[in-house]
Amino acid sequence: MRVLVCVKRVPMTGGTIVLTDDDRAIETRHLGFTISPHEECGVEEAVRLVEANGGESVVLTLGPTEAEEQLRDAMAIGADRATHVVTDGQEWDPQATASAILEAIRADEAANGPFDLVVFGNESADAGNFQVGIRVAHALERPVATGLKALTVDGGTARCEQETAGGRDVYVLQLPAVVTVKEGLNLPRYPSVPGRLRAQRKPIETRTPERPAPRLAMARLVVPEGEGKQAEVLGEGAAAAPRVVEVLREIGVLT
Amino acid sequence: MTALVYLEQTDGAVDEPSLQAATMASSLGGGAEVHAIVAADTAALAPAGQLPVDAVQVAVHEAFGSYAPLAVAEAVVELAGRLGATCVVGPGTERGNEVLAHVAALLDLPLAANCVAVAVADADARVTRVRWGGSLLEEARVDAPTLLLTVQPHAVAAEPGAGDPPSVETFTPTLSEAALALRVVERVAAATGGVSLADARVVVSGGRGAGSEEGFAPIEELAELLEAAVGCSRAVTMAGWRPHTDQVGQTGTKIAPEIYIACGISGATQHMAGCKGAKRILAINADREAPILQSADYAVIGDLHEVVPAISAAIRAARSG
Repeated sequence: MRVLVCVKRVPMTGGTIVLTDDDRAIETRHLGFTISPHEECGVEEAVRLVEANGGESVVLTLGPTEAEEQLRDAMAIGADRATHVVTDGQEWDPQATASAILEAIRADEAANGPFDLVVFGNESADAGNFQVGIRVAHALERPVATGLKALTVDGGTARCEQETAGGRDVYVLQLPAVVTVKEGLNLPRYPSVPGRLRAQRKPIETRTPERPAPRLAMARLVVPEGEGKQAEVLGEGAAAAPRVVEVLREIGVLT
Repeated sequence: MTALVYLEQTDGAVDEPSLQAATMASSLGGGAEVHAIVAADTAALAPAGQLPVDAVQVAVHEAFGSYAPLAVAEAVVELAGRLGATCVVGPGTERGNEVLAHVAALLDLPLAANCVAVAVADADARVTRVRWGGSLLEEARVDAPTLLLTVQPHAVAAEPGAGDPPSVETFTPTLSEAALALRVVERVAAATGGVSLADARVVVSGGRGAGSEEGFAPIEELAELLEAAVGCSRAVTMAGWRPHTDQVGQTGTKIAPEIYIACGISGATQHMAGCKGAKRILAINADREAPILQSADYAVIGDLHEVVPAISAAIRAARSG
């Protein structure tokens, strides 16, 4: 089977978020980058599906030149090749992102046949727009199930399990289909050293479309004001225990 | 202007995030007329009583006997067209976002998800929406003849609505084959037993400071004494020490306990996005400079392997005394 997984490069933000001087981006000079968490599980799932069923897994990203790092990471885990839709570092809005991904999918499918499954993260860690996968599914006229915590492919169908408050809801989709997945779907493997070396030799196809004018146009970012809290220190080490018990009693959780 | 708001219901009662979305829609100003849509397989499931909307339309179709996201979206699009709605609003829940994303794809319009504020003047719509699970806000302009948005849960307080209850009408939406095929076909009940993380009154959590899978023993012991749920940070699930179902955070479970006891957790934004709903936070951390101390109400400075067993012992002593 052929599986495409779409990933996004996002900064590892750590404890506090600092913005650039123009308030249009996170200051990332001192930060590392990673694949957005839900999509890390998407990559692992794509690789497992191809390990089990044969075929090919392809990883795609839309992002700056540096996003090659995340494509190499995905290929180190086992993706066979990559497509990089290269941007100049400006953010693309969800509609523009979906269109560019759609064009890349159509080009790949024209050459290699349809993908049985196109995998997205349920939402990106940074922008959290919750819509790119659904837009691509509509354009491809394929069914889409979202927020998956379990996925089983059997012949021409995919059993998709979505977590709900009361348990799990199940959809059965006819392939080809689109799915969006969540962290917890699997535990992604660490790339091995040979995997990393192999990834360096795997092919990356690049595309450089024009960025359309955004229709959801970010004007500026704002770090929400904290409550200006500074924790009341109840004590140090084991000696603090009696004071903790008092607090638990005061707030009514200890009887 | 006319706004249409999509309401999610459970057992015939409108969900709280949907009431909040309706409240934000009714605050759009300019004497906006607000219509609500609910999807049900029988007209008997129309919401009763006061709502902050002028009229309710129940889309009745057997397809809505189980959740069918594209079918709901098609019903929303049909009604929005008939009303000439200039704004379509949904709750910023998993399903609200899913339905509105289908609506956005069907109409090829932008969607602003998880908004905390919206201002509409003539054809100019400005929104403030959350990023990074709430650790960052984005101010954005939306270029669209019909504004599509979802409302971040708890961004506004739900108002019950004043005056008479809204009028209620029903209609039968026209649904595509694709929409009829995309629906929940089976529900698997959650395994019962233990305290659910999302609903727990007390959560005791461990981070990298726990050191290992076995390092959670004192955390489990304290949780048992407090009838609490056990949680953990993303570093812990990535290390394979605990299952992902225990993870508190932006990509894990969102919790809202009376008190959150975070042991050996530094307080990365990813984690704090999951415990914003906690009424109080007690941080137990060896590092006085850990970021979590800026969000916590109480702190104990020290190694959790020393502090947590001491708290458990003090609770036992207090109970036996």
